[in-house]
Amino acid sequence: MTKLIVDGKEIEVPAEYTLLQACEAAGAEIPRFCFHERLSIAGNCRMCLVELKGAPKPVASCAWGVRDCRPGPNGKPPEVITRSPMVKKAREGVMEFLLINHPLDCPICDQGGECDLQDQSMAYGTDSSRFSENKRAVEDKYIGVLVKTSMNRCIQCTRCVRFITEVAGVPELGAIGRGEDMEITTYLEGAMTSELQSNVVDLCPVGALTSRPYAFVARPWELGKTESIDVMDAVGSAIRVDTRGREVMRILPRVNDAVNEEWISDKTRHIVDGLRVQRLDVPYVREGGRLREASWQEAFAAIAAKVKAAKPERLGAIVGDLAACEEIFALKDLMARLGTKSIDCRQDGSAAHPKNGRASYIVNPTIAGIEQADALIIVGANPRMEASLVNARIRKRWRSGNFPIGLIGERVDLTYPYQHLGAGPESVAQAASGEFGEALKKAERPMVLLGAGATARPDGAAVAAAAAKLAQDIGAVKDGWNGFAMLQNAASRVGALDLGAVPGEGGLTAGDMATAGALDALFLLGADEIAVEPGAFVVYIGTHGDRGAHRADVILPGAAYTEKSGIFVNTEGRVQMAARAAFPPGDAREDWAILRALSDVLGHKLPYDSMTALRHAMFDAAPHLARVDQIEAGAPGDIAKLASAGGTPDKAPFAAAVADFYLTNPIARASAIMAECSALARGTPMATAAE
Amino acid sequence: MSVRRLAEKHLQPESFAFTPENVAWAKQQIAKYPEGRQASAVIPLLMRAQEQGGGWLSEPAMRVVGEMLDMPPIRIYEVATFYTQFQLQPVGRKAHIQVCGTTPCMLRGAEALIKVCKHRINEHQFHLSADGDFSWEEVECAGACVNAPMVQVVKDVYEDLTPEALEKIIDALARGEKPKTGPQIGRRSSEPVTGERTLTDPALFDGSMIGKGAGLAAAREAIAARAAAEQTPKPAEPAAAAPSGKAKSD
Repeated sequence: MTKLIVDGKEIEVPAEYTLLQACEAAGAEIPRFCFHERLSIAGNCRMCLVELKGAPKPVASCAWGVRDCRPGPNGKPPEVITRSPMVKKAREGVMEFLLINHPLDCPICDQGGECDLQDQSMAYGTDSSRFSENKRAVEDKYIGVLVKTSMNRCIQCTRCVRFITEVAGVPELGAIGRGEDMEITTYLEGAMTSELQSNVVDLCPVGALTSRPYAFVARPWELGKTESIDVMDAVGSAIRVDTRGREVMRILPRVNDAVNEEWISDKTRHIVDGLRVQRLDVPYVREGGRLREASWQEAFAAIAAKVKAAKPERLGAIVGDLAACEEIFALKDLMARLGTKSIDCRQDGSAAHPKNGRASYIVNPTIAGIEQADALIIVGANPRMEASLVNARIRKRWRSGNFPIGLIGERVDLTYPYQHLGAGPESVAQAASGEFGEALKKAERPMVLLGAGATARPDGAAVAAAAAKLAQDIGAVKDGWNGFAMLQNAASRVGALDLGAVPGEGGLTAGDMATAGALDALFLLGADEIAVEPGAFVVYIGTHGDRGAHRADVILPGAAYTEKSGIFVNTEGRVQMAARAAFPPGDAREDWAILRALSDVLGHKLPYDSMTALRHAMFDAAPHLARVDQIEAGAPGDIAKLASAGGTPDKAPFAAAVADFYLTNPIARASAIMAECSALARGTPMATAAE
Repeated sequence: MSVRRLAEKHLQPESFAFTPENVAWAKQQIAKYPEGRQASAVIPLLMRAQEQGGGWLSEPAMRVVGEMLDMPPIRIYEVATFYTQFQLQPVGRKAHIQVCGTTPCMLRGAEALIKVCKHRINEHQFHLSADGDFSWEEVECAGACVNAPMVQVVKDVYEDLTPEALEKIIDALARGEKPKTGPQIGRRSSEPVTGERTLTDPALFDGSMIGKGAGLAAAREAIAARAAAEQTPKPAEPAAAAPSGKAKSD
């Protein structure tokens, strides 16, 4: 710790702090453009100038270490002044230079109202310009379908370049030219390929990089802001949903250091248009092979007729990937009351099962805990596509050095180098013995990351057992460290497993339920990733006209994740609550309320009339769900249980669990933006109308 | 300085590959840097690619260098656009003449040289002459101020120029000859144009001073003594003593 006097106040900060951090710690506000906590220091905007006693000139506080300060006279600590006339004058000078070439187009700029330059010019700007020459003009660049550029506004802070290079790990943006002619661009104006690219929009302190889908859509002050949780993958990124009226206008990240830091993936951010189209807003009933609009009563009556006629064991339910814990609990409750044990939340056929305990299906080290790991072996996962922010965290850990990474599965670009140890299950057993196995054994906190590519296959249980055994062999499970991580891809999955939404004794799995003639009636709770073969009477409760709705005999319109309050458990087992930002369209209702109303018609009334009552019942069944934002740690013994299952995996190599990152769920498939991104990623640009 | 862009697509060659000699040379350059720091060799490699590619840097050449150094193309693009020594547009086949226009050269007549270039090559810098053989540009100080004004063609400098001398050089280059480099007014280096007045003693250069003691001081002493002996037949002590005292204070 080093002593420092900031504005007359003596503080003690760690010696590795920069002056800017020290000033913030002392409560002084330092304006900045180029500095960002999670990026490397560039020191090129000069807005953070402060006065350092003894230094001849103001110093850029972001790039000046506390340990570089000269002590004051008589052994006094170094003194920093952030509010002196000299500092004010210096910053005003910097601001004047920044504004020389910055256009005065705030009224037509999308950044207006949330612009760092606008805000800071209120404090340090002057009312008029002394610059009478022409302003610099810069050609706008094409850098992809998600980020719109207006390069006249760029102040060359290079935050975008640093983000894409350091965090996203896809060095595509750069600053070409120099001096006044410096320009930000991609190589030959190609589209960026990072799945985290839209974060540069948030990072841009001015309006040079703005969101293309959100261009000229709304002003920040018109929007209602709701803090919520993302469900596009199982990471559970913290998001802010901005709404105008009943419409979701955009989704932004919130800071949550434990999960997503302050980034979100492009899918999380840009599925907004998918929330508006292809929506199911009235119930439908299939008559004569065609779906027709119906009232809730008609729809319920049609379901009741079929369900009452069917034997209980011929009923079943499949939980989809976007369901919240509340409706999973209600559905499971209803199925139990109807007398069937066929309920499954694993559309993909994953081997994850609550019987081995919670630790067997969550990311035990936690996402933030990846930074404590010192070796990693990835088995049958592509974290970049399945959980982009887990991948960003792995990359962050890799960047800090001494982090051997091995991969068993498809060779893919993960944005960091790894050693490819094999393609299929046979390599899992050998991983502990080879050269890389030695590195794993030497590690104090090794990690095994098991993905759906390995578990969602017929021999998934045997592969999971082999991976658990590998974790034990390399010492990944010990006192104070559980390095076994099963990466889930569905936002609903861990919550559903916690609630036991898996087939009971004699119950059918999702795959079995979907086969022809297995059931008389099948409930799909937003389950769109599974093809239900003909035979069963299908009741689809969901939001979008996707695969499930196409197959359905009765459609009950539900609420999307932005339209309901719900508890989601992320892949590390963290309980998080999503909030309602808007209302479901038309006659659509919250899913738990649909199930509650349906249960009444079916003659098995669920005993809760409100969300509160439902949650009370749910918390009785699974008390840890009440502890929002906490992780109920799994028992290390669970890994041994998982390993003891044994079994012989077959030889087939692990396949990718996510075929198309941009189209993994019904909301994303309804989104035109995601379709465009997907086409771009596949290298076949979509035909668009000439503007 | 202005915005620098890559050449239009139709000007770009299809591909680029270093010659085997250049590949060997590039490997040497890369080997100069520690493992994982091979990107440090980017400037020499780009320069060599420019020399091989006819004096300008094409897009395929930048890609090739990027692949050799394991650098993303945008990083190469950044370097190539930052340094004005890299020509991004095609230059004259026979010569790209870089005229120094910085103050010393300007005072000594660089503007007249630029007029010659405008007249002989093209009204605008970076544009090719009608036959495509020549192009010119005005550069900042090329470091030959004592022999101003000067022009540079690739690695050769032509100094002490007059418009007529430059015309002659352009003529020679056009004929495919290699004109004599360096000062064009007869001097060997940057010695005074009026003739050498110091260090004229041939003994300084014939090797006879080597091993004679304390270098410069001894040399000065010896020269002074000899000069004194030649001019005055009187005893040499006072004359010899004065320079040796001075030499000590040096």
